[in-house]
Amino acid sequence: MRYSGLQVLAQGLMGNRGWTPAWRDPKPKLAYDILIIGGGGHGLATAFYLAKEHGLTNVAVLEKGYLGGGNVGRNTTIVRANYGLPGNSEFYSHSLKLWEGLEGELNYNVMHSQRGIINLFHSDGQRDAYARRGNAMINQGDDAILLDTEGCRRILPYLDYAQTRFPIYGGLYHPRGGTARHDAVAWGFARGADLRGVDVIQNCEVTGIDVENGRVTGVQTTRGAIRARKVGMVAAGRTSQVAALAGMRVPIESHVLQAFVTEGLKPCIDHVVTYGMGHFYISQSDKGGLVFGGDLDFYASYAARGNLPMAEHVMEAGLTLMPMIGKARMLRSWGGIMDMSPDGSPIIDRTHIDGLYLNCGWCYGGFKAVPGSGYSFAHLLATDRPHEPAARYRLDRFETGAGLMDEEATGAQHNLH
Amino acid sequence: MRIDGKGMINRSMPISFRFDGREFQGFQGDTLASALLANGVVLMGRSFKYHRPRGVLTAGSEEPNALMEIGTGARKTPNVRATVQEIFQGLQAQSQNRIGPLHRDLLSVNDIFWPFLGAGFYYKTFMWPRRFWEGLYEPIIRRAAGLGALSGQPDPDRYEKAFAFCDLLVIGGGPAGLMAALTAARAGADVILADESAGFGGRLLSETEAIEGKPGAVWVGETLTALAGTGKVRLMPRTTVTGAYDGGTFGALERVGQHLPAAPDLPQDCFWRITARRAILAAGALERPIAFPMNDRPGIMLASAVRSYLNRYGVAPGQRVAVFATNDAAHWTALDMMKAGITVAAVIDSRADAIAQGDYRLFAGGQVITTRGRRALDGVAVRYGSNETLVKADCLAISGGWNPTLHLTCHTGARPVWEDTIKAFVPHKGAVPGLTPAGACTGVFDTAGCLAAGIAAARDALTELGMTAPDIAPPEASGDAGTGQALWYVEGKGRAWLDFANDVTTKDVKQATQENFRSVEHMKRYTTLGMAPDQGKSSNIAALAFLADATGRGIPETGTTTCRPPYVPVPISAMAAGAQGKGFQPERLTTSHAATVGRGAPMIEAGLWYRPGYFPAHGETTWRQSCDREAGMVRNTVGVCDVSTLGKIDIQGRDAGAFLDFVYTNTFSTLKPGRVRYGLMLREDGHVMDDGTTARLGNTHYVMTTTTAAAGHVMTHLEFVLQALRPDLDVRVISVTEQWAQFAVAGPESRTLLNSIIDTPISDETWPFMACGLVAVHGVAGRLFRISFSGEHAYEVAVPARYGDALFRDLVARAEALGGGAYGMEALNVLRIEKGFVTHSEIHGRVTAFDIGMGRMISPGKDCIGKTAAARPGLNDPARELLVGLKPVGAVKQLTAGAHLFEAGAEPVRENDLGYVTSVGFSPALGSYLGLGFLRNGRARHGDTVKHVDHLRGVETLCEVCDPIFFDRDGGRARG
Amino acid sequence: MRITCPLCGSRDSREFSIKGHEIALSRPAPDAGTAAWHAYLHLRENPAGMTAELWYHGAGCGAWLRVVRNTVTHEVLKIELVRDVTGAAHAD
Repeated sequence: MRYSGLQVLAQGLMGNRGWTPAWRDPKPKLAYDILIIGGGGHGLATAFYLAKEHGLTNVAVLEKGYLGGGNVGRNTTIVRANYGLPGNSEFYSHSLKLWEGLEGELNYNVMHSQRGIINLFHSDGQRDAYARRGNAMINQGDDAILLDTEGCRRILPYLDYAQTRFPIYGGLYHPRGGTARHDAVAWGFARGADLRGVDVIQNCEVTGIDVENGRVTGVQTTRGAIRARKVGMVAAGRTSQVAALAGMRVPIESHVLQAFVTEGLKPCIDHVVTYGMGHFYISQSDKGGLVFGGDLDFYASYAARGNLPMAEHVMEAGLTLMPMIGKARMLRSWGGIMDMSPDGSPIIDRTHIDGLYLNCGWCYGGFKAVPGSGYSFAHLLATDRPHEPAARYRLDRFETGAGLMDEEATGAQHNLH
Repeated sequence: MRIDGKGMINRSMPISFRFDGREFQGFQGDTLASALLANGVVLMGRSFKYHRPRGVLTAGSEEPNALMEIGTGARKTPNVRATVQEIFQGLQAQSQNRIGPLHRDLLSVNDIFWPFLGAGFYYKTFMWPRRFWEGLYEPIIRRAAGLGALSGQPDPDRYEKAFAFCDLLVIGGGPAGLMAALTAARAGADVILADESAGFGGRLLSETEAIEGKPGAVWVGETLTALAGTGKVRLMPRTTVTGAYDGGTFGALERVGQHLPAAPDLPQDCFWRITARRAILAAGALERPIAFPMNDRPGIMLASAVRSYLNRYGVAPGQRVAVFATNDAAHWTALDMMKAGITVAAVIDSRADAIAQGDYRLFAGGQVITTRGRRALDGVAVRYGSNETLVKADCLAISGGWNPTLHLTCHTGARPVWEDTIKAFVPHKGAVPGLTPAGACTGVFDTAGCLAAGIAAARDALTELGMTAPDIAPPEASGDAGTGQALWYVEGKGRAWLDFANDVTTKDVKQATQENFRSVEHMKRYTTLGMAPDQGKSSNIAALAFLADATGRGIPETGTTTCRPPYVPVPISAMAAGAQGKGFQPERLTTSHAATVGRGAPMIEAGLWYRPGYFPAHGETTWRQSCDREAGMVRNTVGVCDVSTLGKIDIQGRDAGAFLDFVYTNTFSTLKPGRVRYGLMLREDGHVMDDGTTARLGNTHYVMTTTTAAAGHVMTHLEFVLQALRPDLDVRVISVTEQWAQFAVAGPESRTLLNSIIDTPISDETWPFMACGLVAVHGVAGRLFRISFSGEHAYEVAVPARYGDALFRDLVARAEALGGGAYGMEALNVLRIEKGFVTHSEIHGRVTAFDIGMGRMISPGKDCIGKTAAARPGLNDPARELLVGLKPVGAVKQLTAGAHLFEAGAEPVRENDLGYVTSVGFSPALGSYLGLGFLRNGRARHGDTVKHVDHLRGVETLCEVCDPIFFDRDGGRARG
Repeated sequence: MRITCPLCGSRDSREFSIKGHEIALSRPAPDAGTAAWHAYLHLRENPAGMTAELWYHGAGCGAWLRVVRNTVTHEVLKIELVRDVTGAAHAD
């Protein structure tokens, strides 16, 4: 069923009884060409682009819970391409371009809102580092504007420019950055993949990966064995457990990242704003809640929840930066399980097992990467050649030290990125 | 309407307040909701999506409808529950989420278009044309959405945060909580008893039943006296325990000043972090509504709320009250009303075998199938058997049974368990370690049972605490929990609301299942059910039951969504109390701070420290003038700079030298006492961590300096190396950063200056370059290091911090007498760029020793942290970006840090990117801008011309690539 | 979360910083080879269940602790001084 304003009108007039399922609930077949382990944003997008770009539809996505139940449904919805290092630059630039056509491509309103992101800086040194990043963005063909204090004041008048602990020197403004409705992204890709013939199979946990003579042959699941020529692992925070099924140990540690939302409020924050002197980023959802987050809790965790010290730190950073949010009330907090890599950048690569592919290490930047990651991973799965914008996301870069992409510059300690 | 003789309000204390500009009167003890109801105001808000008129549904914090803005100006607080807010003299409340007056909200037009605004409609439209989303659709949606509005001004109120510790935290002060607290306190345990309400007692304050033959409220009063008598209980009224966290930690929000007129020293809220060895959850239960058609009109409220308003606040919520329930509460409510002289229009009991317990009209087996009334209820349509009739009523009390308030038991990840006998979820056993649920929150719904459960839970907790429980008999009370049946929804024409706050009806859930959003999580996210300010407290379970039916599953298979903290929303100001303005992080001040500020130097943040940018002299109007003068001063006479912010780590022990050999790339064990050496430190992954000088003061005594930025990190690292990797070494380390004030004295006249303040003058022979030792400064025991970050003949002199202020003033005065003076960070930066010395602008975390030309400082003869990883091929590739100097050679003379580097003729795009500029300064000594940067294969390119491009600042400059040491390459000046 | 420091007693987790898995204690010999160093620096078991992590009591006594913890429930099972673990190993 094609979605449109007219469709909404027509269905409304008929009592909304004509809406059809957004996706099927197919039984797993005995064999597929390609299996995707993980029905989150990245897995669903991979399946969608396999079908759309490569005409591969004998594909199944295996999800142990409900689709979109992982980080794609529990993030702060920020979409941007403001990276500074080669590798990330071209990848996120490509991903943002895909975002810009996503609604038309999916026939699903994911509410991609290019409201602009401002990364604030608070010292000369930070300004220069952001200038380096902004120039890299322009080198890449993306957009960046360096704002001074007055420039920030014009578009963010509600920040504390007088009393705050770390004065606002300016900001790096990325007008094409913004937000999207996170759940809709998963649903849109699931619907799009399903429409093209991909089997999206929920409540189907992979319990084994079958490897014969160094080649993958299929998987064992809670709903039976499924044969496949190629298997892609896209399990985010659960990557280590999935990879272990194939006997692999991966450079990933799973950590909890909390996020927060306030009660609904009339519009008061029109951009995405990030603070340079404490981890804090905020935007306002279309429903009116202020959505914000901060840094990891720092201890390894598979519990999608955190503790008070980081929650308080995040609120403190918010309040010193924008004291007008003080009377907003935090309504709900939650956590996502982040697949932290040693350099804070992702991995999209083959493994040492033929036919087994790995997509992980998104740390807490995975949401904006969903279309790009799906596109590049589909390309790799379909052609066995890396997709150019993701060619640097190699698994062997840690061992060789070549091509590390350490945006946070904190080194090989997973929880510091 | 007030009912004489009912309620616990203080009728001798009338209070006037305003709602939407009209003045009303209530009494001390009223909530805003009870006071408005007493004044006949039933319309209190508008719903989120359809902007339907709404009144109160509940009498507690779970209220989905009656949300208001309280206060004016910067003090305006949106989304306040009228059912929680106590009135005080001068309180001003406004209705919210409306355009125009509340009774004629223009946005109520949405309600006419409801068929087109069902579940997820926005995912299916507003897609064309694409750019209309940001320009048109989204702004309209945003304006229509949201609830109350923030003032847009900084929050002017005070807030506090606090820690508390106890043996036993009792959450909820109803019958179970009171008995638990009493039992534990009598055993000698330190108890905190927290209750969300202004008064303890829970439902006992809202019901008419007796305990020990006394009215419930009287028994509560006596029990509170008994609790106070133990001296072991901290009573925390108006305190909601908001979250259960790991290790017995709980968050709690205390409303300290919310119910009082503003006063300067009175915090609005206090956010508590309570650490409890054991906790008892006695949070009670929440009554659930029934989803029948048009069940959202003002005047329709929970039966328990109707009894609360009557019995606790002395208010009749209507003149003609009808009751629709699935259980005995229906009859109790009717009897309470009749006793208070209120007309009971009808009791509609869904159970066919219901029997009237008084003189009222009963529809046994009846259901309300629709309601009437525009801005207030005026009648309900009842179907009983095959008959239908209209009952005139201005208030409908509804009850679909009770849901245990088990939210906190889910906060650490446990899912509640379906208990079919009571048709409700109950807490998972052992859900939160150390937390025992007791009473109604476990599904025990009779008072006697709750009293006993409180005692039993306390006994268990005491046993675990190793304490002996006293013998306490449960007070005598009713053991009648009533009976009921499950009725979640009533079929019929029109919309039946499940989630009042987010305007989600049974039609929406049905449509979601039709579109295959059948998982409970999908249904929730697609319809937004349970995501409103009340977080589904009144809607989640009914929606789940409806979903289960719609998908042909049972409730247990359907599962439930989880509850997450906080239980009630917490103001950001409370959770971040103290952080506004300067309070976010500590401010670290050097000993020279006052003298520096006194000289008019603008202070800049360096981590947590403040350091001077420059010291403006008379007649200087720009920072560059000051900076040029200060840099020249150091090159020509003498300058003084406070360098105390650099980390100073005292290292002592037999193996101190071996330890330093292991943490630095180069060797320190061979350094002679009385000498200083520059050291480079790597992370274990082979990248540069930090650099600095380390002085050997004695055979077993070194003092390390770190950069300002990395001081804490290096200290942590050293402790790690010692405790984790090299416990064999006999070494101790301690940070002495704040114990010593240290000043750089730099320039050709530096020794002249120093010799005027130290007791034993020095010379090149007694104190050569890189010498260190003890000196007496005006008789004070100090340390002197002949080191230089400017390339000049220079020293750093250190004295105990208490002498810092005096020494700085003295040094600057003497320097000025010699034609020099104090210099700040700007000049310091220029001087070090001239010399090619790196800072964290260069060693920013992604560079290696190889990159900065210090590859040979990694001593081949020993192991050290980072050595093996630094040898990886990728870290030694000549094609890496390597440290270079940059000098403008074309028409444009400006350089900017953050610019990228390209071949002179190349297009400035990523594919051609060769590197970037990290530090820039104007050198008065060389009359040119100088830059440090990283260039691909840079060391092989000295003498080449590259293009410096800064798109952001519009600067494009041709530069010569050169050695990063621009000034005095052989270092003769420093050696003096 | 509460961490019982063997030297300071039960403290709020906000007094500590965390380095990661205890593998950091098992530093390979300089000549152990690329694979051993790669494993040490980057590869992780990353268990969903029991793990042992290194915590630093930076706002307290400065001790490094070995904390045995469940990554799914956050239950803390054992805490000991790193020096006691590594010192014992060195004494062997």
